[in-house]
Amino acid sequence: MLQRRHIHDYIARHAMLAATLFAGGLVIAIAVALYLRAHPLLASQSLAALLRGHTWAPSRGEFGFLPFIAGTLWVTAVAAALAVPVCLLAAVYLAEYAGPRVRAVVKPLIDVLAGIPSVVYGVWGLLVVVPYIAETLGPYAQRHWAHLPLLHTDYTTGFSILAGGVVLAIMISPAIIAIADEVLRAVPREYREAAQALGATRAETITRVVARKALPGLAAAVVLGLSRALGETMAVLMVVGNWPHVPTSIFDGAYPLPALIANNYGEMMSIPLYDAALLGAAFLLLVLVLAFNLLARVVLVRATREAV
Amino acid sequence: MRRRLTEGVFHGIALLATLALLAALGLILWTIAAQGARALNWTLITQPPTSGSYTEEGGGGIAHALIGSLYLAGGATLLALLISVPAALYLRVYASSWFAGAVRLLMDVLWGVPSIVFGAFGFTLMLLVGLRASLLAGIITVALFELPIMIRAIDEVMTMAPRELEEAAYSVGATRAETAVRVIMKQALPGIVTGVLLAFGRGIGDAASVMFTAGFTDHIPTGVMDKAATLPLAIFFQLGTPFAHAHERAYGAALLLVILVLMTSVVARVISARLGRYSVQ
Amino acid sequence: MGARPIAIEQLNLWYGALQTLKDVRVEIPARRVTAIIGPSGCGKTTLLRCINRMIDLVPGARVTGSVRLGDFQVYGRGVDVTAVRKRVGLVMQKPIPLPMSIFDNVAFGPRLYGTGGRKQLRETVEASLRVAGLWDEVKDRLKEPAGRLSLGQQQRLCLARGLAVEPEALLFDEPTSALDPISTVKFEHEVLKLKERYTCVIVTHNLQQAMRIADHVLFVYLGELVEHGTAHQVFTSPREAATASYLGSGI
Ligand SMILES: Nc1ncnc2c1ncn2[C@@H]1O[C@H](COP(=O)(O)OP(=O)(O)OP(=O)(O)O)[C@@H](O)[C@H]1O
Ligand SMILES: [Mg+2]
Repeated sequence: MLQRRHIHDYIARHAMLAATLFAGGLVIAIAVALYLRAHPLLASQSLAALLRGHTWAPSRGEFGFLPFIAGTLWVTAVAAALAVPVCLLAAVYLAEYAGPRVRAVVKPLIDVLAGIPSVVYGVWGLLVVVPYIAETLGPYAQRHWAHLPLLHTDYTTGFSILAGGVVLAIMISPAIIAIADEVLRAVPREYREAAQALGATRAETITRVVARKALPGLAAAVVLGLSRALGETMAVLMVVGNWPHVPTSIFDGAYPLPALIANNYGEMMSIPLYDAALLGAAFLLLVLVLAFNLLARVVLVRATREAV
Repeated sequence: MRRRLTEGVFHGIALLATLALLAALGLILWTIAAQGARALNWTLITQPPTSGSYTEEGGGGIAHALIGSLYLAGGATLLALLISVPAALYLRVYASSWFAGAVRLLMDVLWGVPSIVFGAFGFTLMLLVGLRASLLAGIITVALFELPIMIRAIDEVMTMAPRELEEAAYSVGATRAETAVRVIMKQALPGIVTGVLLAFGRGIGDAASVMFTAGFTDHIPTGVMDKAATLPLAIFFQLGTPFAHAHERAYGAALLLVILVLMTSVVARVISARLGRYSVQ
Repeated sequence: MGARPIAIEQLNLWYGALQTLKDVRVEIPARRVTAIIGPSGCGKTTLLRCINRMIDLVPGARVTGSVRLGDFQVYGRGVDVTAVRKRVGLVMQKPIPLPMSIFDNVAFGPRLYGTGGRKQLRETVEASLRVAGLWDEVKDRLKEPAGRLSLGQQQRLCLARGLAVEPEALLFDEPTSALDPISTVKFEHEVLKLKERYTCVIVTHNLQQAMRIADHVLFVYLGELVEHGTAHQVFTSPREAATASYLGSGI
């Protein structure tokens, strides 16, 4: 009787361990599998040539990733430029100014924003953002910003880096705000009191004391948000124009890595090395995201541990 | 005086930033609701597409995608549950704090892996075992995608269960496995329900992981080896056609998807509110 | 500039529905050390925080009555709370060095008010550290993070930080309760020097400490100011039974 219970315990323990190892090992399995799939491409061309190549012509065996990497970075940068200031300020508002009642209303609403599916953001981008850029902002830029770097345009369809960036900025906001809010609230109240006892205003307390204490955590929040932006697929794909070139303006179209994978998976088995190239793109994306994530998580664990 | 002004301006900007985000939320929901409400009707929900739905004349609805999505997200959530619960229990009952910390970090990192990468990974798995694009392949891929969300949600509730509970069970001679299943799991049940709903919401809204793996079809799937359409992909493909009626169906489907996801999250929130402290991300 | 007396009149305070201070009236003289004593939870910290309006930071706290610093109405209409806090410094129970260097900690206040150039800032910092009795210990390590100082040094740093904004009164909330005996004596020594220039109010549980440094004593019990007078009078011949029994149990 006793014996049987211990055998059960033994089995259960190892079954649970197996489940844990499965989940824990998944990241590594994904990385290895994609790497092995991408390997034939790396064997045929040097990594540097692939990363620096401009031309994407699978039927001729040319796989230059540069336009796609550039597209990803551009869209992410625009999203960051739009989202980061707004999110940090919103997090400051929620953590430092808002009363419990305001928080109780606003936080769930921001969670709603996080729950909206990617494709729905894409639909909204198509219905609102793209036409606005095509009809209003684009023509304005044509007339007034012709000589500005990054902002000039001759003509835009609205399907552009800016459209992708706007949609992405909203999509990554909830994650940045949630983490930044948590980080700010982890800063002990005593610091705020100490500054305010010297006559500092709230703004001075926040910018000179709280933000300084929370800096690593806030940076981590931003990095995590950006890593979401790097891999976001459907919404961006629907509004960014999917034009494989190295962009020079936010009104240009672009072709980020996730869009490349999503648009071409249908044909990838029919052309030699095409599958290796697309799965290689997925691997590249994974490496970027993992690097961002690990960095941010390590900083975050330190930041929240130290604060308590 | 200058300092008071700065304070006012700073407060104002912070408030404005928050309002801007809420306005964006409002604008998005309003746009989808306004566009979708016109297209959302009984036919759309209950009829699969007619044969010419992607041509000029068009017709039918998106029932195939609705059902496909429910099958897919439902199946994936069940599958993920089978791994998540034991894994979370292991972290609580057996794992050393170092090991548990490492697994939690890995789960957080896995949570950040883009769904398109899960899709690509699912695809390589399919090639490996010779599986065609099908409901089953989609379910497996989405289950992997949901795994970190569910494990972290359940894990968080389980860590909240007081230690004394376990000790009480051990003191009457229960083995660890018995304690895990009879005591901790019972305690964590609301958390498990919440985790399931969160994961379901994520699964049903995701497109990038299923486009490789579940295929796409105009028919309602009848078995796990059938191809299956999903709402997000139905929206995406119909918007890709040049036909207004297809666009209308896409808007209707988008509204339907938003309603499904919001309902799931409201239920999750109500359950987690009952639970008290536990916060839904 | 200079020390000013603090006049408290009909001060009442509620945390939500709970009345914590009841009709407190007292005159706290300038250039003296006034000790607030009383059992735990009687409202000493609360009273202190009412004086420089740190109480404003507590959601749900409501104050009636008046507090004056000289003829400045602390709760007057349109009064800038940050100006109040600049004029009335507060040293808390636990030293809280701000997350920056020793120098920046002391310079924090002066920088807010934008007084003078860098040279003057350095002079202010040095003067404040000297008055707090910390200068000689830290003059070669001003760039180091303040968190590296010992607890006793941190508390004197917090004092210097408060002095740097040139307050008129200084409030201490059990400033030595986290310190070792030697640091405590050192800190008391600084307080005694400070009373030449400031109105000093110190909350303490340590009756010996009150005897050592206080000129005046307020005894607070259950939110009421039961008794106040010179230290000599309160300690040797308390008028109220509650005071006598508190002192009796304490000594
Ligand atoms: N923020 C608050 N909200 C509600 N009640 C409070 C708050 N702060 C203090 N109190 C209550 O007010 C009363 C007085 O508190 P206070 O901190 O002033 O006491 P104290 O005399 O300083 O005690 P101690 O000697 O332990 O520091 C206590 O009953 C306390 O519980
Ligand atoms: Mg106190």
